[in-house]
Amino acid sequence: MNGIREIMRSRAVPVILFTVLALVPVYAAVFDDRFLMLFATRILILAIAALSLDFILGLGAMVSFGHAAFIGLGAYAVGILAYHDIWAAWISFPAAILVCALFAAITGAISLKTRGVYFIMITLAFGQMAYYTATSLSAYGGDDGLTMWGRSEFLGTGLFENDTAFYCLVLAILLAAYVFLKVLAASRFGRVLKGAKQSEARLQAIGIDPFGYRLAAYVIAGSIAGIAGALLANQAEFVSPAYMSWHRSGELIVMVVLGGLGYLHGAILGAIAYLVFEEVLSHYTQHWRLIFGPLLILVVLYARGGILGAIKGKSS
Amino acid sequence: MTRPVLELKELNKSFGALHVTKNVSLAVNPGECHAVIGPNGAGKTTLIGQICGALPSSSGDVVFDGENVNGLSVANRALRGLGRSFQITAILPAFSVLENVALGVQAKAGHSYRFFKPAARDRDLNAKAEHCLDLVGLSGRAGVRAGDLSHGEKRVLELAIALAGEPKLLLLDEPMAGAGPDETARLVEVLSDLKRQTPMLLVEHDMDAVFKLADRISVLVYGEIIASGSVEEIRGNPAVREAYLGTEEGV
Repeated sequence: MNGIREIMRSRAVPVILFTVLALVPVYAAVFDDRFLMLFATRILILAIAALSLDFILGLGAMVSFGHAAFIGLGAYAVGILAYHDIWAAWISFPAAILVCALFAAITGAISLKTRGVYFIMITLAFGQMAYYTATSLSAYGGDDGLTMWGRSEFLGTGLFENDTAFYCLVLAILLAAYVFLKVLAASRFGRVLKGAKQSEARLQAIGIDPFGYRLAAYVIAGSIAGIAGALLANQAEFVSPAYMSWHRSGELIVMVVLGGLGYLHGAILGAIAYLVFEEVLSHYTQHWRLIFGPLLILVVLYARGGILGAIKGKSS
Repeated sequence: MTRPVLELKELNKSFGALHVTKNVSLAVNPGECHAVIGPNGAGKTTLIGQICGALPSSSGDVVFDGENVNGLSVANRALRGLGRSFQITAILPAFSVLENVALGVQAKAGHSYRFFKPAARDRDLNAKAEHCLDLVGLSGRAGVRAGDLSHGEKRVLELAIALAGEPKLLLLDEPMAGAGPDETARLVEVLSDLKRQTPMLLVEHDMDAVFKLADRISVLVYGEIIASGSVEEIRGNPAVREAYLGTEEGV
């Protein structure tokens, strides 16, 4: 009995969350709200990136301060291919994933030799390396970025062109990524990851060296963030080095912390909350961060579990 | 004579000019509990680091199960059957008691790159983990969050985790540290049951516990083994009394 109630409670939030997200296009159609459709799509794309960050940060305690690099790399993969007139999504998306997996494998193998503050600094350094590389790509717009003049094509359909269809595609990818990472988290692999976060010495003592597991998780998270980047390039029809600046990496961390670490759907809630806050507050003042900053400090001080923690606290 | 499970051959360790471990040689035979005692600062923790692989030795050999393991990492030595408990309890506090042990079973099974099957409902893992909890008498607490256990229970859980790896030797670093008298009595009971199946190298301050459990005792003072022998021999050894026991009895 208790078990069932437990499951209901643990599943209730994600079920409600995804149901609401699925109803957004209906609402937008009824009220003919094109802005909402575009805005919601952008939120979901960044939610995919935040979700992937939560997988390594929340579950594995790897505080990556360079996660936006993967968004940028994924976006540039799509943008550069489009610049060379290759629009097929079945080429550009796998290319984005591959580039990100490779970048994650190389930078992860180096960064994961360190822990704590050093890991934060080294991932930040790799992120900035990617950023400055992008700004110096003068053939592809350099500082100014690269305009795409169109969107990827999916087997000749207009899936990417129609705003509503594109939103549904992004939502489907978000859901797939969420389920995929949830399953990983519950597997033997996930158990090692969560165990290594609690006591590295204990894992060594039972015969597990966490390095390989952390690296695998890092590559998986990087690849998923790369998909987010590929989607972002399509949504904006524009690719810019700003996608991978350290500000964006910081924003992703804020989203994850705001939503509640380690639950995965917390990151989605955090992304929604952050971007809605930004949108609403920036209507009143361009110095909206002056209001948002103190709010965030309050969340960290008084609502440790973030938004999810607040929901759970009420229901139990 | 049977081959020792663990043999230390003239181990040395220096940190710069500080010579911490000096020519330590000792052996743990099958079925025996070999205790290492010594006053604070004798170099016991360093010696344990050298045995489990966390500290590279300056010279000498660690031979485990007939094989020189000098070049092997902590994790590799653990997989070969070197189970251990820590001076400061190292459990996974956010996991349930059962999950703590199941992770040990999983490590031993060696297939942790499994991505899709839910580990919590893995019958193989759970059955073996429950068995290990049974051995130490902790099965009643399987569902409890490990961080919520009492200190003594955490120490027992460490043993269960170590047992999950089907160890050929248990390396126990002050298992009684911080435990109350009742908890110590229970730990001694659990350990004397385990001793029959699994040989132990016991590093411990609690003399009563050592005298109850140990078959042989080596006394480490300033990084050197000054005496080694049966419980009676060590009790009667004047050098040991002076260096170690004497001061305690004098209090």
